[in-house]
Amino acid sequence: MKPITRIRSRTAVLADENVDTDRIIPARFLTTTSREGLGRHCFNDWRWLPDGSANPEFALNRPEAAGCSILVAGRNFGCGSSREHAPWALLDYGIQAVISSEIADIFRNNALKNGLLAIVLGEPVHRWLLAHPGVELGIDVVAETITLPDGREFGFWLEPFARHCLLEGVDQLGFLLQQGDLIDAFIREREGREAAIHGRTAQESRSPTTGAGT
Amino acid sequence: MNPRTLFEKVWDAHLVTRETPQTPAVLYIDLHLLHEVTSPQAFDELRARQLQLRQPDRALATLDHSTPTLPAAAGGERPYTNPAAKAQVAQLEANSVQFGVELHGWGSRQRGIVHVIGPELGATQPGMTIVCGDSHTSTHGAFGALAFGIGTTEVGHVLATQCLLQRKPKTMAITVEGRLPAGVAAKDLILAIIGRIGVAGGTGHVIEYRGEAIRALSMEERMTVCNMSIEAGARAGMIAPDQTTFAWLQGRERAPKGADWNRAVERWQQLVTDDGASFDREVVIDAGDIVPTVTYGTHPGMAIPMNAPVPAARTAVEQRALDYMQVTPGQPMQGMQVDVVFLGSCTNSRLPDLRVAAGILRGRKLAPGVRMLVVPGSEQVRVDAEAEGLDQVFRAAGAEWRLPGCSMCIAMNGDQAQPGQLVVSTSNRNFEGRQGKGARTVLASPATAAASAIAGRIADPREYLAEAIA
Ligand code: SF4
Repeated sequence: MKPITRIRSRTAVLADENVDTDRIIPARFLTTTSREGLGRHCFNDWRWLPDGSANPEFALNRPEAAGCSILVAGRNFGCGSSREHAPWALLDYGIQAVISSEIADIFRNNALKNGLLAIVLGEPVHRWLLAHPGVELGIDVVAETITLPDGREFGFWLEPFARHCLLEGVDQLGFLLQQGDLIDAFIREREGREAAIHGRTAQESRSPTTGAGT
Repeated sequence: MNPRTLFEKVWDAHLVTRETPQTPAVLYIDLHLLHEVTSPQAFDELRARQLQLRQPDRALATLDHSTPTLPAAAGGERPYTNPAAKAQVAQLEANSVQFGVELHGWGSRQRGIVHVIGPELGATQPGMTIVCGDSHTSTHGAFGALAFGIGTTEVGHVLATQCLLQRKPKTMAITVEGRLPAGVAAKDLILAIIGRIGVAGGTGHVIEYRGEAIRALSMEERMTVCNMSIEAGARAGMIAPDQTTFAWLQGRERAPKGADWNRAVERWQQLVTDDGASFDREVVIDAGDIVPTVTYGTHPGMAIPMNAPVPAARTAVEQRALDYMQVTPGQPMQGMQVDVVFLGSCTNSRLPDLRVAAGILRGRKLAPGVRMLVVPGSEQVRVDAEAEGLDQVFRAAGAEWRLPGCSMCIAMNGDQAQPGQLVVSTSNRNFEGRQGKGARTVLASPATAAASAIAGRIADPREYLAEAIA
């Protein structure tokens, strides 16, 4: 992953609340086994008319939305299915940051892991952004601020570890793998405890028959 | 020790390292469920990094989403909807072999929807942490497990390390007092709950369902409730295990046996929220108020009693939803004309769901013009239902009896409704286009689905149920 420190772009606005991941990428495009090429189907059924032409009513099809890499979305963006195809599709389409007053948990997690900024702002500034499509925004990941064209700044919060990974371009699996010794010790300890409870050797109790309980 | 909630007990028991301000907790995962749609890119990542599975015996895979529900042709060729679906299934088959994962594939008598087979096999147990690249993993919380959906990147994390990086979620108690009235289903209850707290009402929280009405639910009903926790935005839903849980689990293939069983039950009995433990948020619901409930809009929070008037739109987005659904404010959903009925999905495809529907359909016919698909949740459910003759009841009524899978819940295997058709569906999502482009979904219980199939209109199941019982 490439490090991300700042993004500057005009905004495209999708004011609908509760935009679910089925709308971001409909299920029939999920039969893929790769991450690539999903941008074509991003918002597919909203974006394209049945004859294959662009739906002029869809906000992201308006000429002023062309080339925007910041999406301002209505409340509870990304709800529904856990499909990581949703952030993959948005990134492939050219979106680098999504801003809303509330972003669904799993989508936000998935987005940040792929370098798609998922930014939650307070209601007043979110409302203002919804009402002013096309403004030029600066997003600073280091300072955790967005800057409006008139110079006003608003802070946002990113989970510190996710932020660290974005800034350094580190991937989280690398970090987890570094915890290998601790994980091994945890697994050994658990197996030992189960063996003690069940009067077996740790080796015998390796089969996952019981949960950890308390 | 301080009093703790059920969630906190399970969370604490799985901490490899605690969270700090800078780093999330490393949480150990007991059971990792896999299916063909959200796993291929994760296995590719392992290959790219030359990694193996940390604990292959803690992974369990099945085929459910892209799989056809019509039988194979005489030559053995399965009617996949397109070559990509076929390739996706082949990919999981190959990955399972290469990485040593147990797969319940085409040959298995236990293949089925991932959230149906986990419990059925006894793989889902109290106190476990369970994940799957699938948001309805919340289903398994019905057993007192901490179970939640993850993305494909995280699927890779669990494959490689058996752990996840997690921030501790908040807790929410939903206490359901009293008893559900006769003829009112667990599905009606959870739709009513989501209608009340909203589709983002649980965001950031793990819900614990408690109270007399929850205790009175069967395991299948508890799974229906926990299944839809994600539709309220919650990370997970949980119910403390009790005698109902233990009785359901005992004797299942992967459940502990003999003396191990007794010791396991002893431990599982500790999995309750201590007196005095506090939740970040609490909601109390009176079960006695719940009636047959359906959705009228394009997300599960737009749910109302079927005989109540559809509320007027408050926003342009709500108006769009009403227009899409072709419903009129002030009119009830009851009586709306139905084109398709879908009985299936990880919410409502288990044996008792099929029994209730068959009880209503027995000796009756679908209304003219109505198409009904009945899709059992697993091979086991299919075999059990056929042994009871339920398939004959459905067929005699004019419904299609299919092979197990997700089918029209997600409509990615070719089973789908046509644009504009109204589908009464026992699944969990009524999003625009979820059951086919332009299809209009009304979420309902199996009883409501069956009653509506006969009436050809959205119908209250209670009159039919009274008859079926009499
Ligand atoms: S039945 Fe539907 S909700 Fe359940 S796992 Fe399959 S697609 Fe997901």
